[in-house]
Amino acid sequence: MLQVLLLTFSAVTIAHAELCKPDAQNAFKVRLSIKTALGDNAYAWDTNEEYLFKAMMAFSMRRYSSKTTTQISNVLLCNVTDRVSFWFVVTDSTKNTTVPGSEVEAAIRMNRNRINNAFLLSDKTLQFLKIPSTLAPPVEPSTPVWLIVFGVVLCLIVAGIVFLVVAGIQQRKKKNKESTERENLEEKGEATITIENGIPCETLDLKAGHINGVFSADDERFTSL
Amino acid sequence: MCLLIRLVIKKLDRNWQACLHLSLPSEPGWRGGRGAGRAPAGGRQDGAAAVSARQQEMEKARPLWDNPVQFVFACISYAVGLGNVWRFPYLCQMYGGGGFLIPYFIMLIVEGMPLLYLELAVGQRMRQGSIGAWKIISPYLCGVGVASVVVSFFLSMYYNVINAWAFWYLFHSFQDPLPWATCPLNSNRTGYEEECEKTSSTQYFWYRQTLNISPSLETSGAVQWEQALCLTLAWLVVYLCILRGTESTGKVVYVTASLPYCVLIIYLIRGLTLHGAVNGLIYMFTPKLEQLSNPKAWISAATQIFFSLGLGFGSLIAFASYNEPSNNCERHAIIVSLINSATSIFASIVTFSIYGFKATFNYESCINRVILLLLNAFDLEEGSLTADNLNEMKDYLMAAHPQEYAQLLPQLKNCSLEAELDTAVQGTGLAFIVYSEAIKNMEVSQLYSVLYFVMLLMLGIGSMLGNTAAILTPLTDSKLIASRFPKEVISGVVCFVNCIIGLIFTMEAGNYWFDIFNDYAATLSLLLIVLVETIAVCYIYGLRRFEKDLHTMIGRKPNWYWKVMWAFASPLLIISLFIFYLTDYILTGTLQYQAWDATQVK
Repeated sequence: MLQVLLLTFSAVTIAHAELCKPDAQNAFKVRLSIKTALGDNAYAWDTNEEYLFKAMMAFSMRRYSSKTTTQISNVLLCNVTDRVSFWFVVTDSTKNTTVPGSEVEAAIRMNRNRINNAFLLSDKTLQFLKIPSTLAPPVEPSTPVWLIVFGVVLCLIVAGIVFLVVAGIQQRKKKNKESTERENLEEKGEATITIENGIPCETLDLKAGHINGVFSADDERFTSL
Repeated sequence: MCLLIRLVIKKLDRNWQACLHLSLPSEPGWRGGRGAGRAPAGGRQDGAAAVSARQQEMEKARPLWDNPVQFVFACISYAVGLGNVWRFPYLCQMYGGGGFLIPYFIMLIVEGMPLLYLELAVGQRMRQGSIGAWKIISPYLCGVGVASVVVSFFLSMYYNVINAWAFWYLFHSFQDPLPWATCPLNSNRTGYEEECEKTSSTQYFWYRQTLNISPSLETSGAVQWEQALCLTLAWLVVYLCILRGTESTGKVVYVTASLPYCVLIIYLIRGLTLHGAVNGLIYMFTPKLEQLSNPKAWISAATQIFFSLGLGFGSLIAFASYNEPSNNCERHAIIVSLINSATSIFASIVTFSIYGFKATFNYESCINRVILLLLNAFDLEEGSLTADNLNEMKDYLMAAHPQEYAQLLPQLKNCSLEAELDTAVQGTGLAFIVYSEAIKNMEVSQLYSVLYFVMLLMLGIGSMLGNTAAILTPLTDSKLIASRFPKEVISGVVCFVNCIIGLIFTMEAGNYWFDIFNDYAATLSLLLIVLVETIAVCYIYGLRRFEKDLHTMIGRKPNWYWKVMWAFASPLLIISLFIFYLTDYILTGTLQYQAWDATQVK
């Protein structure tokens, strides 16, 4: 009995060893960079983590092909290194061969997010070497941002220019009016605009000016005796 | 022979002086363009016609700066331009680091300050733009003024494109992440675009997304509408600033002169606290004094001082012509030239701390890439290879697994900090590629990006104001044009014409045209113009007469240092520079330009 068991066990391991080899058909290499991803919170890679990996692979296969025949024991791991990299295959217990690589690849692509999250890793730190991940497209708003800012600045500048030009035209109109008025006055021979210290004498009218109290108090010019 | 010429010129000159006496500010009673309504004592008795005529003349008095500070700021804003930021650090690096400062300061004293003082004094004395001023000095010399205007015109054509690029980058800085931080994806989204993969994302953004550069000068390509829009905006901004002449320019220069310094101080603080900045600073400031024996170092110092101050364009004459004649332009000349040089050094400190940061970052990325490669190839444990034990581990691996190591060898680059620091860049490459690469790696990169490109804009617009002033002042001074069209229309026409011609630089081959203009439009012509200016003032106008004019204006005669420099040192230096450049052009033969090859990506 024991001998039969031993024989079957060794047969199975040999068969498995043949199925899971580096560069075997339908085998994939996986590489994890746990310390890079998690730093101080990194967990150690041990047999429990391997079990989880097998479980995730079985889960992906089940989900993808909707067959409930894939068991954890169908997933074989080998050549685990310190890097934390290893090879794995998914066997088909009914036919005793490996599941075609394209199916495995499709299953993994479908469930990549769940697999990453199970190990707290990302596409970059949990790499399936033959399965390149599609990169997320950058978020693009409907109108490019730069056009909006450009529009704002353009409106401000144009408003400034229009304001200055209009103000300039108005100023010039005022100046022209003033100079034509003055010319008209001079032509009519009316008062020459005499200037005292830059102020035309007309505005120095007494009614506009201040009367200095000191000089208007005539009666108190001389100090009283 | 010389005497004969001098006599003839003096005679003609005297006739000119007689005619120009009315407009020359040499009579005592003219002072105060500001108090434009003030008639001299006794004006009351002159009678109506004379008084009103005087009034009209004074109402059309030359517009002036509100205060001397505006003039100094305008000169600083014009002189401190992009050359201080992107050319001086490169020269420092090429010609001996800290040691380059020696030829730089010698040239400043021999060439920079005297020529600057000369131009400011001429402008302030003649109170006219470049054409009018040189006409007054000697009627045969108005060609110098015309040459200045033409060179300014060439410069303003291509210089504003830099402002357009700065606007483009500024508008793109309001995104997270910055668009030049990552490469765009290729069509099936499995990786990045090929052109971007081979080079860096910042270079890709500059050459492909900004310029959309063509492979050669002949394939012109189409006008890039985005760049054309930015160029139009840049010209509208310039128009807004020069619209009203000194009124508007005077207010704008407060901002354009002081804002770059604020940004540079912020960057200095940020730059010095960056990881690896010290490497760059040490690299720059270790003087390599053996470079001083290289004549190219001295020539580059002279050239840099010359072009950095913006001599010969006529802008300084234009600015100074709006001064009060009693303005102390000697002091201002010294202040402006010292501030210009100090800003160059300041900017190079900032640039080198940024260089150091970028070089250290690239070096560490390179090391990390090598480590990752080795870890993956030999399936070693993570963390077993670090930057410190890398070399020993490489030897060990080479001994233990010789075949696999030999296979890997072509991919294992030797990372070297020195090599990263040695990549000296100047010009648009420095401003738009190197700096944006450094900025994308900082925290809060959007803020630093906005600040940096606003600073570039201020520097560029400040210089543009000077250039357009050089073109507009002679136009508004000439009675033929100024009487028919108002100032706004003349400025508008100049800006419009420049904008249309500037569209050449927005085509796909535009950057090549830009390089041509940048290298050849202004160099030889300016040297010749300034040489003729110096000789004209010293020998044709007469140094003694110039001294007397300065005495009238400032109140003291220039001392022997100025006179020696004007009469001998500066002309000799300019002649030697001129000969050097001519021989250089002749010896180079067919001129070459660097093109961007999209297939090889370099």
